[in-house]
Order: sequence, then C-alpha cells, then structure tokens
Amino acid sequence: MMELNTQRMEDFKERYRYLRYFVGAAFLILFVYLWYLQVIRGSDLRQLSENNRIRIREVVADRGMLLDRKGRILAHNRPSFEVFLVPEDIRENPETLGKVGELLNLPQEEIHEKMKGLKRRPAFRPIKLKSDIDWDKLVILESNRIHLPGVVVDVRPTRAYQYGQLASHLLGYIGEVDEHELKETKDRAYRMGSMIGKYGVEYEWEAHLKGVDGGRQIEVDALGREIKPLRSVESFPGNNVFLTIDYDLQKVAEEAYQNRNGALIAMDPRSGRILAMVSKPSFDPSAFARSITAEEWKALLEHPFHPLQNKGLQGQYPPGSVFKIVTAIAGLETGAITPETQMTCTGAIHYGNRDFRCWKEKGHGTIDLHRALAESCDTYFYQVGLKVGVDAIAHYASELGLGQKTGITLPHEKSGIVPSTSWKKKRFGVQWYSGETLSFAVGQGYLNTTPLQILTLISAVANGGKRFLPQVVEHVENIYGGKLKEYSPVETGRADISEKTLRVIQEALMAAVNEPRGTGGGAALKDVKVAGKTGTAQVIKMAANFKKGDMNRMPLKFRDHAWFAAYAPFEHPQIAVAVLVEHGGYGGAAAAPIAKKVFGKYFDIEASAPVKTEETIEEEVYD
Amino acid sequence: MIDRRLFIHFDWALMGMVLFIALFGILNLYSVTSNGETVGTPIYMKQMIWLAIGLAAMLVIAFVEYRYYTDFAYIVYVTAVVLLIIVLGYGIITSGAQRWVRVGAIKFQPSEFVKISLILALAKFFQSSPGREGYSLKHLGYPFLFVFLPMILILKQPDLGTAIILLLVFLSVLIFVKVRWSSLITLGVMGVSLVPLVWRFLKDYQKRRIITFLNPDLDPLGAGYHLIQSKIAVGSGGIFGKGFMKGTQCKLGFLPEQHTDFIFSALGEEWGLVGCIVVVGVYLLLILWGLRIAVGSKDRFGAVLSFGVVAMLFWHTFINIAMVLGLMPVVGIPLPLLSYGGSFLISTLIGIGLLLNVSMRRYLF
Repeated sequence: MMELNTQRMEDFKERYRYLRYFVGAAFLILFVYLWYLQVIRGSDLRQLSENNRIRIREVVADRGMLLDRKGRILAHNRPSFEVFLVPEDIRENPETLGKVGELLNLPQEEIHEKMKGLKRRPAFRPIKLKSDIDWDKLVILESNRIHLPGVVVDVRPTRAYQYGQLASHLLGYIGEVDEHELKETKDRAYRMGSMIGKYGVEYEWEAHLKGVDGGRQIEVDALGREIKPLRSVESFPGNNVFLTIDYDLQKVAEEAYQNRNGALIAMDPRSGRILAMVSKPSFDPSAFARSITAEEWKALLEHPFHPLQNKGLQGQYPPGSVFKIVTAIAGLETGAITPETQMTCTGAIHYGNRDFRCWKEKGHGTIDLHRALAESCDTYFYQVGLKVGVDAIAHYASELGLGQKTGITLPHEKSGIVPSTSWKKKRFGVQWYSGETLSFAVGQGYLNTTPLQILTLISAVANGGKRFLPQVVEHVENIYGGKLKEYSPVETGRADISEKTLRVIQEALMAAVNEPRGTGGGAALKDVKVAGKTGTAQVIKMAANFKKGDMNRMPLKFRDHAWFAAYAPFEHPQIAVAVLVEHGGYGGAAAAPIAKKVFGKYFDIEASAPVKTEETIEEEVYD
Repeated sequence: MIDRRLFIHFDWALMGMVLFIALFGILNLYSVTSNGETVGTPIYMKQMIWLAIGLAAMLVIAFVEYRYYTDFAYIVYVTAVVLLIIVLGYGIITSGAQRWVRVGAIKFQPSEFVKISLILALAKFFQSSPGREGYSLKHLGYPFLFVFLPMILILKQPDLGTAIILLLVFLSVLIFVKVRWSSLITLGVMGVSLVPLVWRFLKDYQKRRIITFLNPDLDPLGAGYHLIQSKIAVGSGGIFGKGFMKGTQCKLGFLPEQHTDFIFSALGEEWGLVGCIVVVGVYLLLILWGLRIAVGSKDRFGAVLSFGVVAMLFWHTFINIAMVLGLMPVVGIPLPLLSYGGSFLISTLIGIGLLLNVSMRRYLF
C-alpha cells in the first residue's frame, strides 16, 4: 500500500478558519451588490431595458490628410450624408422599408439584401443603406422623418482626393473593412462598416491616418427618435501624413504621359526621397471611398492595361539597353575590358548558329566603351558579355539593387529576376547556354526589373554607388502640427564599384544625352546637364517580317517597351528619374522626352523658389 | 478495488449541489439561445451532451483511489504543457486567439485541462511536509516553474483569463500549505514590482479593457458598453425577475458572449434577486463544503488536491460574477457549470470528481 503522508495536517486546519471567512466575505460583496443593482436600482434599470430604447451612434473620426512635401493637400475629408436603418426599430414598423426605398429609388430587393447580410449583428446597431445622398433627397428624408421610424440620417466624413486621379497608386484608396481585416485587426477599433486603408499610403500608414472613433449612446422613443444622450465620447482625428512628392512635379509627369501607359518615378539620389510617382493608366480613388459598384470594380479588373497595379514597383520588365550600364561596370571591374577597349560593330554578330543583331543595321564601326554606351551599340556589349560571363554580370546587377525588393513601404513590391547559372539550374534544371549571355548582356532574356529598381540603379551610378531606401513619406504630424515621426534617409547598401569605373560610366551617360549621336538626346536641356541611358525592352521576339524601325506598323500590344533612366545635374545630381512607356517603342523617342519635361519642371521650381535669406528680405523692403 | 463502503460514504450532498447548478445552467442556456437563429444542434443540446460526458468522467475519476494519482501527477502535468505547446504551433485560431486543438472530430482547449494538471502537480509536490516553520522561498522553485511555464504559454494564445486563474489557484495553494509569512511578503513585493512589466506584455485590447474598467466613459461602444448592458440586464430583473424565457436584454444581442462569459446576466434578468441568491448561495455552499473536504482529508496529497479544486471553483465563480455585475474588468473567465463550453464543463466536472474522491475516502484510511 502506498505511503500516506499525514505530517502537519494541523497547518491546514489553522488556515481553514481564515479561508472560510475570506470566502464568506467575498460572497457577501456579491450579494450586497446584487441587492444594490436589482432592488435599489432595479426600477431604473428595468425601465431602460423594457423600453429597449438604447441606440448607438458611431461618431467616425476624420481621417488624417495626405499632403505633398510643401503641405499642399492631396487627400482630405468632406462631409457626406448617409442613410442608416436600425433593424430593431424597423421590426416594429416594417412599412418604413417600402417608404424609404421609394424616397431613395432603391429597389426593395437591395434593401432586404443589405439587412440579410448582417444577420449576426446586434439589432440595435444601424446598417448603412446609402451613402452620399444628395441635397434634395436629404430634404425629403428630413421632412418625412416622423413617418420613417428606424431611419437615421447621419453626417460622416468621406474621403476626397483633391486632384482626382493624380498619384492614385501612391495615395492608394480606402474601403469598408472585410471579414478578414476585421479578424486581423481585432485589437483595434474597427467595426463592420468601418473604413480602412486598402492600398498605397492609405494602407501602409493606416495606423496613423485612422484616428479614434467616438460614439454616443442615446435613448430613443418608440419611433426611434432621439430623446436624450446617455453618454458620448468625442472622436479624435487621425494624423496628417506629409509625402515626399511634389505636387507640381507629379502633375507635369502625369500629363507628360498623355494617354500612354507605363510608370515614372523620380527620386532624390542623395536621400532616396521619391519626388514623383506615376503609374498609368490610373484610377479614381474616390470611387472606392464611396463604396465602389460591382460594374466599376469589374471594369478596373478587366482593363487590359491593369490600372490597379502600381507599375513602378509591381510591374516587371526586361530593362533592355539600360542594363548595358551593368554590363559595362562588370567588364571594367573584372578587368575584362578597359575604357579604351575597342570593338567593331558591323550590325550583327554571329554566335552559335544564329545572328545577334545590333539595333543599328549599318553598324557602329570600330568604337570604344564611351561611344558604345552613348550610342547603345548592342554588338559591343554582346562581346563584353561573352568576355565577362553571366555570373559576373549577375553579381554587379545585384550590387546595384536588381533582383531584390528595394523595401519601399508600399504594398506588393516585386523583386524581379536576375538570372545566373545557378538560378537557371534551380529554376529549369538545365545549364546556362553561352548564347543566353548575349541577350542578358543587353538586358533581354530572363532578366526582369521594376522601374523602381532601375531608378535605384541609376541613382547609385549618380551618387557614387550608394543605395538608399526609397521613401514616400517625409513626416507625420498630429492635428496640432506636432511632428510625430520623421523619416530620415536610410542607406541600404553600397555597391562595391570603384570610383574610376563610375566616372567612366557617368561620362558615357552624359554623352548619351548631350553628344550628337547619343541615343538620349530627347532629354537634353539647355541649362542643366542631364546624364541618362535609353532602353528598349522586347515584348515578343522580333518577328522576321517586322524589321526594326517598323514598330508603328505593329499592333500596340506587341510593340516594345521604352525605357529611359537618367539623372541631373551631371556634376551634382539632385534628381534621378526612371521612365517606362509600355509599348512605347524606342526609349530615346518615347521615354526620354517625358524625363525631359520632369527635369525641366524640377529645375524650374528650384530656380523660381524664392531663396529668402535675410538680406533679400531687407532688399525688398528698401527697394 | 471498489469497496462497498464507498457507496455508503459517497458525497451525495456535493453531487446534488453540482447537479442542481448544472441543470439550472442547461435551462438558462435554453432560454438565452432560444431566439431561433442557431443552425445545427441547439446550444443547450450540445451542453447536455458535454454534461453527460463530464458526469461520466467525474464518476470514473471519483472511484479510482486518489492515491494512485500521485504516481501520474507529473506525467499528466507534462502532457498538458506539451498540448499547450502544440496549440501554439498547430492550434485553431478563433477570433484572434489560438486556443483549440483538434483530435479527430473533437476540438478541445488544452488550457482548461492545464488547470487540473497544475493542481495535481502542486498536490504531489506539497505532499511532503515542510516542517514546523512552513515553506520558504527556497523550497518553491519547482512550484513556480509549474505555474509560470503554462502561464506564459497561455498568455501567448492569448488567454488572459485562464492565466489569471492559474496564478490565483497557485497563490491560494501557497497560503493553504503554509508558506512562511516572510516569504509571502517578499513574494507580494516582487509581484507588485512586476506589474509594469506585465502591463507591457498585455495585448492592446486587454489594456483597453482594463482602462475602460477604470474609466468606462472612454469607450461607450466597446468594452464599456458591455459593462453597462450587463448591469442593465441584471438590474432589470429586479427582485423576482422577468420570468423564464422572458428576458429581452440578452436575446436582442445587447451582450456579446451572452451564453459563455456573460451567462449570469441572463440569469439575473430572468430570475431576479431571488434566483441569483439561490444560485450564488449554492455556489457558496459548494465552496465551503469543498473546503471542509480539504481539511477533513486524511493525508496531505488529498488535502492540497481538493483545496486546489476548490480554489479554482472559487476564483472562477467570484471573478465571473463580479465582472458581470461590473465590479471587475472584463476578462474572459467563464462561470463553472453555467457557462456554455465543453472543455470547461468537463474539466470542472473532473475537478469535482477529485473532490468526491477525497471526500468519500476520508473514513477509509
């Protein structure tokens, strides 16, 4: 038999005496409080419950504004009148449904659909029937209020975007929370029907923008009319988010696209701050804020040129000749070539058993690296590629930020692809063919990049090899103007490339824009020296019967994408731009002029900005 | 092994009190969930099935001589903790917290069974006597490990309510087994100084609930709202209540979790002060009865074991009712035998089984 340990059982007896009293006292508290609630306050509380007349009204907080770097408002809130139904009051007065449907021109099925979808919600909480009703309807509703028990009209802030579609991909949009988001944000104050950021800055800075909703508990009469407030808490507006973009520059960039598609991002290469971010086609973000209709949504989704995609960071394209920058750097850094290395271009090179053509059919003749980059000679870089090899090029591509996300705080950034021998082995299980190196060296083939990566690349070339985290928000302020958060530049890496090499590249890029036979002449400015590289990304392998130069005869969707990546001024770069025009044809013809407009505007702003030192102010006064 | 004398000494009074509350609970659930919106098996039916399973488990637990349990105490404890780890890794997430494990077609909450296994482990540990002066801090290394390991795992789920219960049961047992006063005071000081640290560990919604409790005007639509509505429900019952099936407050969905954590408000609304006093009175009797079983036990293991169960019942009951009446912050602690929930009902009845076990063997050894 097991041992029974019976030592010092008297300890327990001693404690038992006190514990009994403790338990007794605890329960006494419960009894006394029960008596207080049910006897002393019983009749009060019974009245509240019997009439069952407590209603909740949410007081939605104003969402924080989005402003540009100079404090110009891009997104704000405007009041909108919204119609709600209180199911509990409707139940007693079902005829209301018919009347309100008639007044608002809403089919009965739609109303029932809305009421049905919310079965598990408490019956006393209002359901939104229609938002943003116009003035006439409001007057009719208000004057018929006595006949419409259970209908509540409330003013709520609605998101408004000052300039319509301007920077729509950057700003993003908001919409009603879905079930998944409700689950995700359980410990925050979202309810069915709350608005939440879904895309862009509206999504990423949601926590700052949201504000704190308030609410009122009110007592209503049998017709659902407000008798007196029981309790009320004020809402508190969200914080204002100041973006890094400049409205004027953004506007010029957007307009430069006219009706073409593609993406443009401009950045300060010294800090990574984004100055403009365009993606075309754009969309109307306010359509989402006032709850988008099914047709509108379908049209956006089925649009052939993907308006909901921020192509600057979600679109992946072969960089074409822009990539020759990387091939050149790889050649110089590995010692496979020197700036003086000369090669001959006859318009094509025969390798394996096929011809690799240069874009210039007549050929460039015998040229050095400087001319090859400036005139974008394919043949030259085919040969450099063969000398350097795929993996060395891939190495420098990664050093310059390709094949990886930049880490920008915007949703759905893509990482692109930088192929290498090991990548191909892993991806396809076969070895790399040296013929593929030729395509790779001129930015075609498996290589895929986002415009933002190309921007990072050109910025690194401009600033001596530094990679900055691209940032779209400069700071966040509360409504009193106090700074809550400031985003300072973040250097995410430094390419291991010698200054000498970079200098050679920089000068060649300057030549590409400013020398007679350069491909980027379309971006040349009178007062400021621009340096840049054009590119043309093949959409399909050139069909034999379409000779190069016949682009305009091709159907739009098969035409090449046009690239241009550039920075300015050449001596002390302040702005870098990556331009992509989808199906735009040649980079020099389609993309470079867009960059020119952006540079022009940028330096125009810089020049016209009054430099108000104390001296100039005094001069003004005494002038 | 089963002695005829066991039937003579079977604790019919305890059994009676438990059955009274449990059946009253089913009746109450029937009323609360009768607004006809549930799909599938009605909630009260499910609860009846759980009750049947629980009662069977209770009787099995009661009739196996409890001294055999000493051999398995630590094994049971380790198993329960492992299950908690599994929950964190593979558990089912419902409304933001990860508390469930699925075995075949059955889902259960290991955190419920951790309570019983902690009590078993503590009983086994405190089986050996400390000597005349009582335990001091240096004896208490293992017991602290016993409680903090599952507590941390449960807080990660997150389930603040159950973690609080574990801590309170543990502290109650410390007092019962006679820990030196100097040690208790040291513990108290340490505990208070840990409060800021724990505060940082809490989730935002938990912080908000505590802040709301301290200042209910802050959030009239959220946690503060529940408190008001719960009070209105209980208070509106008055002295005699609105009558069975006649409550309005709970059925209209004014209260969240009306059939789990807030079940008592429905009882208060329909049965009034009279009903409340009867039910709360039976709880009081049950707990005092349990305390007597604990001190009447023939050995240390039985005493600590039954005391642990009583402490668990007491804290659950007291905190839940105090919360429903608005005397305490809203923490997810259900009411034993009344709240809906299979794992909780069964683990409560297993605890009762242990109590019955100790009770009917006090004359045998």
